[in-house]
Amino acid sequence: MYKIAVMGDYDSIYGFAALGLDTFPVTPAEAGERLHQLVADGYGIIYITEALAADLRQETARYEGQILPAIIEIPGVSGNTGSGVRGVKKSVEQAVGSDILFSN
Amino acid sequence: MASTQITPTRMELTKTKKKLVTARRGHKLLKDKRDELMRQFLDLARENMALRQKVEAGILAANKNFVIARAGMDEATLHTALMAPKQQVSLEVGKKNVMSVNIPVFDTKTRTADANDIYSYGFAFTSSDLDGAVKSLADILPDMLRLAEVEKACQLMAAEIEKTRRRVNALEHVIIPQAQETIKYITMKLDENERSSQIRLMKVKDMMLEDAHHYSERA
Repeated sequence: MYKIAVMGDYDSIYGFAALGLDTFPVTPAEAGERLHQLVADGYGIIYITEALAADLRQETARYEGQILPAIIEIPGVSGNTGSGVRGVKKSVEQAVGSDILFSN
Repeated sequence: MASTQITPTRMELTKTKKKLVTARRGHKLLKDKRDELMRQFLDLARENMALRQKVEAGILAANKNFVIARAGMDEATLHTALMAPKQQVSLEVGKKNVMSVNIPVFDTKTRTADANDIYSYGFAFTSSDLDGAVKSLADILPDMLRLAEVEKACQLMAAEIEKTRRRVNALEHVIIPQAQETIKYITMKLDENERSSQIRLMKVKDMMLEDAHHYSERA
């Protein structure tokens, strides 16, 4: 049995608590440690705001090759930085060699 | 490199020929694997992008609703309203094997079946905007979960495709040509040796006949 977590600044994520997801408001400084802790605690999906994920590239890279956890970027309250979409393009680029699907 | 290190023997030739057959077979199989993975990956990537755009738009709209809801109530009320959620989402994780890549399959269960349990507060002290905001977020949740599944699958498959592609290329452009080169070299060397021993035998025969019959003196 796994759980679902949402990480980010409080303003961006407090709504998810009502849906039954576990929210973890964190500052960028403590986010890395908290992420590893969440993975160890059995969270299968971890949603992270794009702004925070930008600071956590090194930490999230560790879990990229594993089947769990799925670390998914979501836009925060301050707006969409486009890094989630870039992530999708990056995997296309990695697989194909160049972005043939979304380059236009 | 082929010509410097190998010894041109029949043993080596047989070995290299076997290696070439294996390499060709492996190349074909890996190429098929890559093509199939790529086909599935492209479908998945398209779905991933569509879902992501939908989810991002949804969350953005929900966030706007939350900002409005927040403006109509004081911080403490909002805090209290969302402090003790009634609903709890838990996750079952299965695995699906796609061309030897394990991708996750997520199945979610909510603690209570009632869809209205997302409202974890009494309606007396909160603004109706909050209800709308929570609802808009709840509507996007199934897509968010599907997004998690698809995006993770995409990442895993992209890594596998990259690996497979490298293997295919290595076999196609390095291993197979090298083996062919080696085979050619050994065959030529063996032929050369055979010709040389043939000539030596003919020469010896000539000399022995000359010794026995003295053709050159008779002529």
